[in-house]
Amino acid sequence: MPQVFFENERCKGCELCVTVCPKKIIALSAGEINSFGFHPAVLTDGTKCTGCGFCFLVCPDLAVTVVREEGGNGESTDEGE
Amino acid sequence: MAVSTKRTQGLADKHFHYCPGCTHGIIHRLVAEAIEELGVLEKTVGVCPVGCAVFAYDYFNCDMIEAAHGRAPAVATGVKRVLPESVVFTYQGDGDLAAIGTAETVHAAARGERITTIFVNNAVYGMTGGQMAPTTLLGQKTTTTPFGRQSSVAGYPLKVSEMVATIDGAAYVTRVAVNSPKNILRAKKAILKAFNVQLKGLGFSLVEVLSTCPTNWGLSPPEALRWVKEKMIPVYPLGDFKVPEDEV
Repeated sequence: MPQVFFENERCKGCELCVTVCPKKIIALSAGEINSFGFHPAVLTDGTKCTGCGFCFLVCPDLAVTVVREEGGNGESTDEGE
Repeated sequence: MAVSTKRTQGLADKHFHYCPGCTHGIIHRLVAEAIEELGVLEKTVGVCPVGCAVFAYDYFNCDMIEAAHGRAPAVATGVKRVLPESVVFTYQGDGDLAAIGTAETVHAAARGERITTIFVNNAVYGMTGGQMAPTTLLGQKTTTTPFGRQSSVAGYPLKVSEMVATIDGAAYVTRVAVNSPKNILRAKKAILKAFNVQLKGLGFSLVEVLSTCPTNWGLSPPEALRWVKEKMIPVYPLGDFKVPEDEV
């Protein structure tokens, strides 16, 4: 199963990953605050992740790491418009 | 086997100072990945602008020079001529390249300097607090056009890519955006191509990247991405304006 890791200290809570996620499974953490005062992004339902990597592509602060099986689907439901 | 997205070697392990949602970070990554993939990190020299990206020398893992405002193509010209084997790029915003640095840009292109210019266009002066830039859209509100830019007072948006494409010394001129995953992948290809044009010695290459400024546009970062799609791209159409005859 694909895994997504967010580096909380790099996240500025800009929500770009939340916007582009085709499965809508990223949200800003409601309770947690990093040392810069931002609510970092978290996965709400990791089981739905396809490993498409859109969140990695769009993150301006390189806070996202996506790990998936080689040759795994990694497919997205849309074309990333 | 598991494959993982990797942090590019082209960037230092440092937090960007940019505002939340500013797409400078994406463009930094694309440029750094292109340099790394071409295997030229050790011989690359970047030239920083004055503007929000003024600290880019802290972020890139190659040699960097800080130029006076707008003069990055002139500094890059000097570096490239003294070290012809090096890969030289400038990273400039619209206030730097399209306002105070127009002359340097136009003449670097006219001389066909073998350098690559990454032109980050977000239609506003970011670092100084959101004043009108030459690239500000008609009707766009900035701190110096509080009722929206009017052509009768402040003229028209400057279309740099179209202008540079008319110059014979320019080999590759294209405009891309980083407002969606699809466009980000296209931007990556364009930046790679621009560096390839330089490596082949074909002439000046310019990649204009439509970027966002959520802070000075007064929008949330997701709204800013939509604003690029709905307002900027109709004025600044994406695509290649000049490609080398022998396709790279």
